[in-house]
Parts: sequence; structure tokens; C-alpha cells
Amino acid sequence: MPTSPSILELLSPYPPGWGGVLLQGAASTILISLGAYLLGIVIGFVGAAGKLKGSRPVSAVLDFYTTAVRAIPELILIIGLYYAGTDGINRLLSSFALPPIEINGFFAAVVVLGIVQGAYMTEVLRGAILAVPTGQIEAANAFGMRPWLRFRRIVLPALMPNALPGLANLWMSVTKDSALIAVVGYQELALATRLAAGNTKHYFLFFFAAALIYLTITLVSNVMFSSLESYFRRGQPKAA
Amino acid sequence: MKTDISCALRVDDVYKSYGTHEVLKGISLAARKGDVISLIGSSGSGKSTFLRCINFLEIPDRGRFVINGEEVLMKTGSDGRAHPANRRQVERLRTGLGMVFQSFNLWAHMTVLENVIEAPVHVLGMGRKEAVEKAEALLQKVGLYEKRNVYPAFMSGGQQQRASIARALCVDPSVMLFDEPTSALDPELVGEVLKVIRGLAEEGRTMLLVTHEMKFARDVSSHVMFLHQGRVEEEGRPEQIFGAPASARCREFTSSSRH
Repeated sequence: MPTSPSILELLSPYPPGWGGVLLQGAASTILISLGAYLLGIVIGFVGAAGKLKGSRPVSAVLDFYTTAVRAIPELILIIGLYYAGTDGINRLLSSFALPPIEINGFFAAVVVLGIVQGAYMTEVLRGAILAVPTGQIEAANAFGMRPWLRFRRIVLPALMPNALPGLANLWMSVTKDSALIAVVGYQELALATRLAAGNTKHYFLFFFAAALIYLTITLVSNVMFSSLESYFRRGQPKAA
Repeated sequence: MKTDISCALRVDDVYKSYGTHEVLKGISLAARKGDVISLIGSSGSGKSTFLRCINFLEIPDRGRFVINGEEVLMKTGSDGRAHPANRRQVERLRTGLGMVFQSFNLWAHMTVLENVIEAPVHVLGMGRKEAVEKAEALLQKVGLYEKRNVYPAFMSGGQQQRASIARALCVDPSVMLFDEPTSALDPELVGEVLKVIRGLAEEGRTMLLVTHEMKFARDVSSHVMFLHQGRVEEEGRPEQIFGAPASARCREFTSSSRH
């Protein structure tokens, strides 16, 4: 009768252990999250600027975007955007008589999650910009600052304390939302865990290991966000 | 008068309304170099709005502005109201006007020193070392050298206002604009700020001062303008405005606020 492998053997980073697969999955999860998060921040700033300063049609389009994305379940958005996006691109290509392409799973994951993040970021940043006291901006104007300089030197540092709690929440949620990407077949931590568990039948072990990895990501992120927050709050007295 | 070379600031016939409410109904002002002009009047008389129109923090509906001999180019929009035609010109002219706000408006994420060197370094392109030397000398002058590395939120209102005066001075403005600089201060902190402003007046700086400090206005001003309901009701030498005003409203105002 063959002895079943020990826990350490199962979690070993070298085959036949599945630890390496899990860690690779974790690395994908972090990279997808980072990519989506950065894309989301860019969309968020553009969206917030458009909502605050844009013309009426621009803010109507942005309102539709943020409302739709926040109203539709993320899983449906991911599946929809992924398949509709791939299909749309290939139809477009074939109409120019070009051969269809295979969309890179990582790229698709980043774009799809980034679009979702962008909608939430738009609202977080819009609120944070509105919360900057007008006097700070008036002073910048009074000293002849141009719009970009004013944004870079005054508005951005002033909005960060307001935005960071919301931005931290969004980071925490994207690290876990990236698990939804598994449904389109991209192997990140959640799918890697399912593979390992299915192959070895040690479901509890691998899902517990994955939970610990997610927890570690969260705890490290917490430390980073709180040091960012204390940096951006350097000019503010601590609440008693 | 229009070609007067010593004219630091000349403003003609400024109108401004919010919706149907007309706040400024044709105010003019001419400041020669070294003039200290005080704008007084009750709340809602338009004095702060007028001051803020001079550096275009409020966009006037109509008016002619000559700052340091350069006329601000205006164009009339489709709504019949005038706007500055060239944003760059406004940005450039603003650097010649040192603004001191009622609520200080120091940038909260910067230390006092960083606040003072911000515009010289990033707007005027001055070298950092030179800006720091200049800023430190100005902070010495307003009595805040020891506080240079402190963030504004950790200082008293009087200290913040003195820092904001140093910030305005550091761009070498041709005209200083004070918008009720002591109105947000506790009474015991007013004196330290007025002392700094008085020092600037004695140096011969050109200044426009919106204030409720009547005794101070009387002491430091070369010219006083009394505004009432968006118009200049009376103007002249401080002795005249405070001693023998011709208008009944001005007499009433200056006598009721004497202390």
C-alpha cells in the first residue's frame, strides 16, 4: 500500500510538490492586480477630471460608465468583456481581411479588471478632489501656477490623504477580484489552487495554503498603505 | 495719468455680478509706486470681490486692468461678459501680485519654508539654493525663522498669516494684495500681523489692503477708499475719510467702527 505524501512534500516548490504552481499563481495574481490597479488609477483620474470639468456629454458618458460597471456583477462583466472584447476585436480584424488573433490572457485580465477598477477609482478620486479646500487651489492660482503644475504640486498631494483609504480598499478588492479571472482560464492563484487540489485530492490543504497567501498579500499591503498614508498626512495634526 | 510711469496698478470701471446681484458697479483705482491704499466698507460692500478681481481670482464682467504698465487683454464672450483673452498673460501678471488671504491658505502639505520657496522655484524658475536663502531672510524678517521646518497646521493663526506674507513677498511682487489679513485671527494675534504689514508700508511697498482695522488703516494708508453697495462712496486722504468725511454713510461707518 503506497503511503500518501506528507504535507511538506505536497507543498514543496519542486514537482511532484505543488508549491511552485501555487507561488507562480500568486505571482500572476499580484501582477494582474498591479496592472489593473495602475490602469484603474489612470482611468480614475481621467474620469474624475471629466466628471468635474468636462462638458455635459462627457460627464453623461462617464456617468453611464461608472453606473453600469458598479451595477453589474463583476463576474458577468469579466466574462462579458472578455468574450465580447475578443470577439469584437476579431470581427474587426476579419472585416479588414486580417487573420484572427488569440488575446493574451494576462493582458485581457489587466484590461478587464482595470476597466472595473477605473469606475470605482473615478468616484474615489472625484470625491477626494472635491474635498481639497478651495483656498489651497486659489493660492496656487494667485501665484500664477499653470494647471498642470498646480495639479502636480498642490492638488495631487492635497487629495491623497482623502483618497488613500478608498484607494487601499480598491487594492485589497482587486487582489481578490483577480480570482474571478480564473473563469476565462487564466491561471492565477485561485485556478492554480483548484488544479493542485483536484490533482491531489487534498482540497483542504491547498485552499488553506491559498488563503494564507491571500492573507499575506493583504497584510503586506496594509503596512505599505499605512506608511503611504502617514507620509501624505505629514502636515496634518494627529486626531486626539 | 494714463501714461504715468510711476503707476504700479491702474484699474478702471470694474463691474461684477453674481446672477442678477450686482456686486461691483464701476470701481476704479490707481496706485502709484509706494501707495498704501485701504479699502474699507461694511460686509457685502464689494471690497474683497474688487481685490480678487485684480488678480482674476474672480472674473470681472467688465473693466480695464493695467498691471505694472501692462494692460490685461480682455475679450467679450457670447454672454456679453468680458474674460481675460490670454490665460498665460494672467498667469504671468499674477506673479507680480503678492496675495495674502484672510484664511492664510498656506499649502498644508508643505513646511513653512517649502511654502515660501514654492512659487519662486516652480513658477519663476529660481534656483533652489537662492530661493532658500531669500526665503530664510524673509522668514527672519517676519519672525518665523525658527518655525521654517514646521507644517502650517502646527502654528497659530498669527504665525500662519506672517508665513503667508513671507510667501507673497518671496516672488518680489510689485503690488501686495491683502484680503482682510487679520479678520480670521484671535484678537491677541492681530497685533503681530499688523506690525509686519506696517513694516512693509514703511519700506515703501505698494499695497492694497482690504481691512476692518480702522485705526490701522488710518495710520498706514496714503489713500482710503470707502465702498458702499458696489460703488466708491468716498475716497481720499485718511485724515479726510476718518476726520471729516463728506458722505453721511461714510461718516456713519467710520464713527460706528471707531475703537
